[in-house]
Amino acid sequence: MDRSEVAERLESVLVTELGLDEDKIQEEAHFEEDLDVDSLGVVELLMALEDEFDVKIPDEEAESIMTVGQAIDLVHKKLGG
Amino acid sequence: MAADRRRVVVTGMGAVTPLGLDVESTWSSLLGGESGVAKITLFDASDHKTKIAAEIADWDTGRYFDVKEARRLDRFSEFFLVAARQAMEQAGIDYTGDEEAAARAGVMLGTGFGGMRSFLDEIYTLSDRGPDRVSPTGVPRIIPNMAAGILSIEANLTGPVSCVVTACSASANAIGDAAEIIRRGAADAMVAGGAEATINEYAIASFAQARALSTNNHDPRGASRPFDAERDGFVMGEGGAALVLESLEHAEGRGAEIIAEITGYGMSADAYHITLPRPGGAGAARAMTAALSDAGLEPDQIDYINAHGTSTPANDPTESAAIKIALGEAVAAETPVSSTKSMTGHLLGGAGALEAVISILALRDQVLPPTINYEVPDPECDLDYVPNEARQASVSHVMTNSFGFGGHNVSLILSRT
Repeated sequence: MDRSEVAERLESVLVTELGLDEDKIQEEAHFEEDLDVDSLGVVELLMALEDEFDVKIPDEEAESIMTVGQAIDLVHKKLGG
Repeated sequence: MAADRRRVVVTGMGAVTPLGLDVESTWSSLLGGESGVAKITLFDASDHKTKIAAEIADWDTGRYFDVKEARRLDRFSEFFLVAARQAMEQAGIDYTGDEEAAARAGVMLGTGFGGMRSFLDEIYTLSDRGPDRVSPTGVPRIIPNMAAGILSIEANLTGPVSCVVTACSASANAIGDAAEIIRRGAADAMVAGGAEATINEYAIASFAQARALSTNNHDPRGASRPFDAERDGFVMGEGGAALVLESLEHAEGRGAEIIAEITGYGMSADAYHITLPRPGGAGAARAMTAALSDAGLEPDQIDYINAHGTSTPANDPTESAAIKIALGEAVAAETPVSSTKSMTGHLLGGAGALEAVISILALRDQVLPPTINYEVPDPECDLDYVPNEARQASVSHVMTNSFGFGGHNVSLILSRT
């Protein structure tokens, strides 16, 4: 899967499943600071991505995910991109 | 009634019920004798002994909550929050940006179970997919107090916020306890009420195994028949209701329209059995007597009783006997008693609050809602049950009863001001 497809699907999960503000979603957007995602929301987000892309994101990797772009990169890498 | 006690009045009401998504539509359905009972659609009940309930069939979460909010709400919390918003809107109270007033306002919630749908779904996930797939928002959706917590966050209510869990008397307790908080000066305003949303495969199965539910599946509208000789159990309902309570001074000080007064609150315990009422009704009678004493009223001043009236074989004759003990035989014979559960089904922990709303509407409009499906008299239930048709009446004081598994008995008295 190429990176742009990952980005599209990931952003769709953020909006439709997690209810994040579509207008504020961009690669540099910080989940907690810009997108109003709290600590519980971060866990929900990672679980939603695991389900959507059928990947495992261990806690130590999850801790480094702060922005939308970082999440896209991690998923893209896990899918062999 | 102690002369120096702060008086507690009602200034707002809200309800979402199987008969309507607000107070007025619910009330007009009740006066029209309509039943909210139908085939269960919330889960596949084909293997269940009981296949009927009073669902809120057209509930649309998206009408009231965005996706992000809805992910953190069980259905019972949605019902309570919507009812509370309606009540606060009618009362015209808004504490956002007024921290001093907000600290004098709180929430008292009653529910039997809390987020049971969420609990079941999380257990299925744990069982099917393992611990790493359990949701981080599972516990906050499940715990019974959460609807009160979320309302406090949403409406900035920073005074006393708590939750009562006494089965089917929970939200009657919540209203009484909120009134007590205002009486002793710990708050000026309280949103008090309750909600339940347990029309699910587990609760229906367990109540059915306890032989508490009607199995009159071929006649849903006729299934809830309180005080009728052919009753065979209660019909589960769902929904929520809320009141805004204030001290009289607080309500008058801000020029609020006063709808009714909470004048009496009594409770007792049967100390007898986990699910059955104490035969003879002495336990329930003590709650009614305590409420009369609290209100400073004589039995003949009660113009109408909104009964617990579940339509179970055990409750209805016991409650009738209890009313006769508390009021005396002669007065009881002259006092109209109806069970609106014949139409709404039994909202369990939400029932007391809904029936407080209904009692207030009876005071407001001087009309008594009927007990529908009353066809075959039971010699053990020999009071005036306002059968099948609403009735005009002069109503100054109403008593409403709520009894819960565990032997909890609660009576509230609401009065015209």
